[in-house]
Amino acid sequence: MSVPRYWREIKYRYRLIGERCIRCGSLYYPRRAICPRCGSRELEEYQLRDRGRVISWTVIRNPPKDYEKFAPYVVALVELDDGVRILTQLVDIEPEEVKAGMRVEATFRRIREDGTSGIIEYGYKFRPRIESEKK
Amino acid sequence: MRPSNPVGIVGYGAYIPMWRLRTSEICRVWGGEPPIEEKAVSALDEDAVTIAVECARYALRRAGINPKELGAIYVGTESKPYAVKPCGTIVAEAIGATPELAAADYEFACKAGTEAFQTCIALVSSGMVKYAMAIGADTAQGRPADPLEYTVACGGAAFIFGPRSEKTLAYLEGSYSYVTDTPDFWRRASEFYPRHGGRFTGEPAYFRHIIGAAKGLMAELGYGPSDFKYAVFHQPNVKFPVRVARMLGFGMDAIKPGLIVQYVGNTYAGSTPLGLAATLDQARCGDRILVVSYGSGAGSDAFSFLVEDRAEGPTQDPPVSLFIGRKRYIDYSTYIKLRGKILR
Amino acid sequence: MRRVSITGVGLTQVSEHWERSLTDLFVEAAAKAIDDAGGEDPEAIYVSSSGAPFIQRQLNLGAMVADALGMAGTPALTVEAGAAGGAIALQEGVRAVASGLYDCVLVGGVEKASDASPEEIAGFLSMPEDQEYTAYTGITNFGLNALIYRQYLERFGVRQEEIAMLAVRCHEHAEGCPHAMYPFKLSLERILSSPFEADPIHVLECSGIGDGAAAVVIQPSRGEGGEVEVAAYSTSTDRVHLTERPDITTFEAVKRASDRALRMAGISRRDVDLVELHDETTITGIISLEDMGFAERGKGTSLLAGEGIEAPQINTFGGLKARGNPVGATGLYQVVEVTMQLRGEAGRCQVDGAEIGLAESLGGLGSTCAITILRRS
Repeated sequence: MSVPRYWREIKYRYRLIGERCIRCGSLYYPRRAICPRCGSRELEEYQLRDRGRVISWTVIRNPPKDYEKFAPYVVALVELDDGVRILTQLVDIEPEEVKAGMRVEATFRRIREDGTSGIIEYGYKFRPRIESEKK
Repeated sequence: MRPSNPVGIVGYGAYIPMWRLRTSEICRVWGGEPPIEEKAVSALDEDAVTIAVECARYALRRAGINPKELGAIYVGTESKPYAVKPCGTIVAEAIGATPELAAADYEFACKAGTEAFQTCIALVSSGMVKYAMAIGADTAQGRPADPLEYTVACGGAAFIFGPRSEKTLAYLEGSYSYVTDTPDFWRRASEFYPRHGGRFTGEPAYFRHIIGAAKGLMAELGYGPSDFKYAVFHQPNVKFPVRVARMLGFGMDAIKPGLIVQYVGNTYAGSTPLGLAATLDQARCGDRILVVSYGSGAGSDAFSFLVEDRAEGPTQDPPVSLFIGRKRYIDYSTYIKLRGKILR
Repeated sequence: MRRVSITGVGLTQVSEHWERSLTDLFVEAAAKAIDDAGGEDPEAIYVSSSGAPFIQRQLNLGAMVADALGMAGTPALTVEAGAAGGAIALQEGVRAVASGLYDCVLVGGVEKASDASPEEIAGFLSMPEDQEYTAYTGITNFGLNALIYRQYLERFGVRQEEIAMLAVRCHEHAEGCPHAMYPFKLSLERILSSPFEADPIHVLECSGIGDGAAAVVIQPSRGEGGEVEVAAYSTSTDRVHLTERPDITTFEAVKRASDRALRMAGISRRDVDLVELHDETTITGIISLEDMGFAERGKGTSLLAGEGIEAPQINTFGGLKARGNPVGATGLYQVVEVTMQLRGEAGRCQVDGAEIGLAESLGGLGSTCAITILRRS
């Protein structure tokens, strides 16, 4: 597991930071250097909304290497409140309970680790909204 | 210990994982009597760091400050995912506080979180930093069939300290720390499970230090039990905090809001911070709260907080009671898989 | 640019070839193709393999296979584009001969996935996707297909049974195919009762990854009748991230590449007698049919019932599902199969009077599409 590869993405994965085209306002996640919509090379960092709804999902039952212990797990296509779509695991929910349109929010979780002596990779996953009560 | 410049809590946040193991499940496999009803268990993709980040995010939102204004983040835990590499920097990065701040991890068994309180209070009071965050979070391990296995649980809470102002939720009147070299409970560096001295963890350890710190603080501030509306004591089980409360002259009403161990378990470094968070969720302006933690090894930190009226203000953050109610049950075999006691 | 033809073909069975190595398989297919073309040594070799650098840790395959064929000295290179690599390697070979640069080239694809563990294969199959934000979620290639499948079912009100019928058809066609990995019928019931691979896709709706090699020899057309000419070839790409596609139930790359290829060949869809689809899962196959314009959106399943005399035959040797999917070689299996059909050498799988065949190959989740149209002259 490459340390520099992981480290480079830390900010963007931990805090859901994407990119916004200064010229046409298009939003992207992950970040880009060139806007595919208008061709501009002037883009700035953009803080994604951390809430959204489920568009589509699946349950991974035959996981790739390094994800075995988590199977079965849900991966969903989520549309955030600002319109940006994101691919993410859904946690704190049984696969049968996932429904299109359900409200979800970002959470910070372990993604995978390089054995018992390598680094631990953290990142975002999403979970059903924890609706809080007003005091 | 009284800070030279007034300090208060400007934000706090809690997090408890949703999985629950009924202690009756442990009894089904190992026998014994359940000392609490059920305990919180972290998911396979959770650890002390992820719990700390969740708490920190809620605390930040509650405080309404820019993360870059944080001058320090300290994470107290005895279940560090890395023996060497601080949780504090991961939390700092996850909440956008980097790079201009101090960060480190604390270890003092169950009082690592409140140890961090002391440092944060001092940093803020001295004017060295504007805001400082202390987190107590744990996913500690218990040896199968050991008495502590029935209570050891996962969870945490974060507190942001700042100069006393209209932002403050609770004002810190004073604190007191009481430590001795008492080896009541320990874990050697390469061991997976801790060990403890059985009944030795009672009077010479838990009771002596909590009482020492509580009496020391009350003497310094000139208070008696009747001056406090609430009291939060470290809760490794139900019996100990109830007994020490009685010994110090506090009634059940005082400790009830913060006593959550029977539903959540002992979250170790998260225990006293969570008890304080649960109490603050209910407290009103003018209430005084005594907080006394206990960490094996051993020591206690005592604090007196006076609740201010902003604490009653509206908030979108989930109260501790919501996390307690957000639960799904697992069985013993799922439990030992989640806790890494059996591996693929 | 002059016209080119496929003058020789060769392939191995798609299987788990425990005893054979990457070069063993390539040499077998390549030797057959060279013999089939008349024995002339190629002037250049184009190789396609997706897994070699990862599974066998083997780079520089061009030189490796040239040497293995006893042709060290021949210009050779590797083309990589996921499962579209074979078709794209073909296009490179076609362009080299059409331009007049060479008079005889060999294009071959090879894959030996069985050298890897199942978890490694699952990881390998998602290597054509973005690694940092797609593969990082732990989603697999079949999982991505599943996201599309669920949306498609909801959007068009089609039942899963109708989509899964594609797998039934593939297995029916593979029954007489000597090189197929699964040359036997499978009932719809068996398919739908198989465990979920990634909900809602069942394991038996997913193509089987196998080992294999396929090769063709390309030479300038002689202008005689009965040749298998390359009538058209086109490649397109699409947004790599599923999250950036406005409609995930369509493959823009397939639409673009097929439009261009049909225009290049100067034919309409009605003229196509057979289509070798890239059915990495049943849903990919159905959507491919729609995006190539053989059916309206949401109506791809109507082609399976053989409705309409204008509908082309589909996956005549079993497609990726039943013939098998040796990733980097798959695109060339399709081209060899179309060639066999146009030559009348398809045996029990023969489509009578086949004159025009189309092969559709995808790399990644439709992020690369290569279309090849062959015509009997």
